[in-house]
Amino acid sequence: MDKFEKITGVAAPMPLINVDTDMIIPKQYLKTIARTGLGKSLFDEMRYDDDGNEIESFVLNQPAYRNAEILVAGDNFGCGSSREHAPWALKDFGISCVIAPSFADIFYSNCFKNGILPVILPQEQVDVLMKDAEKGANARMTVDLENQTITTSEGESFGFEIDAFKKHCLLNGLDDIALTLEKGAAIDAFEANVNQQRPWV
Amino acid sequence: MTAPKTLYDKIWDAHVAHEADDGTTLLYIDRHLVHEVTSPQAFEGLRMNGRKVRAPEKTIAVPDHNVPTTEGRDTYIENEESRIQVEALDRNAREFELVYYPVSDIRQGIVHIVGPEQGWTLPGMTVVCGDSHTATHGAFGALAHGIGTSEVEHVLATQTLIQKKSKNMKVEITGKLRPGVTAKDITLAVIGETGTAGGTGYVIEYCGEAIRDLSMEGRMTVCNMAIEGGARAGLIAPDEKTFDYVMGRPHAPKGAQWEAALAWWKTLYTDEGAHFDKVLTLKGEDIAPVVTWGTSPEDVLPITASVPSPSDFEGGKSEAVKRSLDYMGLTPGTPLDQVEIDTVFIGSCTNGRIEDLRAAAAILKGKKVKDGLRAMVVPGSGLVRAQAEEEGLADIFKEAGFEWRLAGCSMCLAMNPDQLSPGERCAATSNRNFEGRQGRGGRTHLLSPAMAAAAAITGRLTDVRELM
Repeated sequence: MDKFEKITGVAAPMPLINVDTDMIIPKQYLKTIARTGLGKSLFDEMRYDDDGNEIESFVLNQPAYRNAEILVAGDNFGCGSSREHAPWALKDFGISCVIAPSFADIFYSNCFKNGILPVILPQEQVDVLMKDAEKGANARMTVDLENQTITTSEGESFGFEIDAFKKHCLLNGLDDIALTLEKGAAIDAFEANVNQQRPWV
Repeated sequence: MTAPKTLYDKIWDAHVAHEADDGTTLLYIDRHLVHEVTSPQAFEGLRMNGRKVRAPEKTIAVPDHNVPTTEGRDTYIENEESRIQVEALDRNAREFELVYYPVSDIRQGIVHIVGPEQGWTLPGMTVVCGDSHTATHGAFGALAHGIGTSEVEHVLATQTLIQKKSKNMKVEITGKLRPGVTAKDITLAVIGETGTAGGTGYVIEYCGEAIRDLSMEGRMTVCNMAIEGGARAGLIAPDEKTFDYVMGRPHAPKGAQWEAALAWWKTLYTDEGAHFDKVLTLKGEDIAPVVTWGTSPEDVLPITASVPSPSDFEGGKSEAVKRSLDYMGLTPGTPLDQVEIDTVFIGSCTNGRIEDLRAAAAILKGKKVKDGLRAMVVPGSGLVRAQAEEEGLADIFKEAGFEWRLAGCSMCLAMNPDQLSPGERCAATSNRNFEGRQGRGGRTHLLSPAMAAAAAITGRLTDVRELM
């Protein structure tokens, strides 16, 4: 998995609440059997018209935000379907950090499996970052996972909370499965016990 | 004496394979359900790393999202990408020796309908699937939730999931439901109260007389949409109805094992005095037949209400309402029962079970679908379909003018040929009314099977009580 340590880049403002995973990547793109190549279809229905032409007003189509690495969004980002295609599409587009007042659970965990850092901040701070993001390509934001801070283009800094284990995995790009397989003995023991106590399982 | 526990606490505690000092837990998974859309990358990951499926006998695969619901699909699926995914599942299921119900098997259907039907889902289990509506299985008092594809791979390889415990939320529905009000109305009404993020970080336990009175099918409908309220999972304590439903199913325990299982299942309830971090109580008699008017499942109102105005809301929600009314083509102040529809869809993991078909057929019997309206019923599994045919329900639907389809997810998410066209307005028994969910530009109103049947007859959103 890709590491996430620190990035300084353009942040795209998306002040919508309840951005669902159907919006992030509509169902027709779930038919892939690969993890890559979804970036061009990210936010498809908001980004392209019926003929497949770019809709100019959509944030990621604007020249300032075409190379955005950070997304600043509204409440409950990533709600709905569990499709990991949503973080895959974000990552493939080039976004590796999403900042919002809250995230849906499954999307939030999916981000960490793909080198994307989801940052939860209070609404007032997200509002400040949203304003900063609206300034365009020259206003670059810095996200520092080690120090758990986000710094605006004006130098204003906010700290954020993150689970220590998730942080460790993201900083080091660790593979969850390899970590868990190291605990194979514990799983074996548990399973043996369950086979005794709940043999119908 | 140990501290009183919630049902969630008890199931959690029974599945901790390893716990780190910071509470990060390896939770053992009893059942892993797999479908064709969210699994191919996971199997590919196993192959690339030379890993095996740890417990193939606990891993149940069935294609549902992509499959057409018309005849001939078992020999050829026209859409190439869909065909590739279904074939990939077939290959993976055989290579890794999973339990498998292919398209040609009468037991095939929507994964969340097949699991309980075959007795794979049992009380006190942990059940996961790369699908957010896995919450359905919570109706059995099983801890069940959706996971992403990386987690699918993790469960395949290790039969565990890395988890931190969620908080406990209690949703109590007291008293009795009024006539015409169903499990679907309960679950939508709850989301209307909590909002789509109200359950984020929680596992919900539904309880109270109105929940106890529901059949297993109704309870599955309620738990199915826990995710729409943001909750990781929904739970209902098992009782005699649960045990009756489970008994005799192909993969339910038998004989002495049944007795042992039953003894344990009967301990699965929330202890007196157990702590809930959040509580919501609704009176059953206050719940009306409801419909959604917007593009979020929280946009719920009784059918007797009118389309709201953005100015009825504050902050970001006001903007969101403006956007969704525009998308839905609705004008504030329009009575909801005057909204004309083009299409009716009855089916999905929310409402594709036999009882749902019975409820819709009861309204439709002897009536006709409004001229020009497209109406389809998609049973949740091949066995539901067969039972409905045996009970004569299929004839009622067909005589009314409904299309009688084969089992699958169908128009709930439009990954198959069943889709809405831009601007097409649909009364749907499914679970999501998001923009584009049922097809680009399609407009979805969520409601119960009985309400969907009523709408099919009148051609507009309709209070089912007028037809009872």
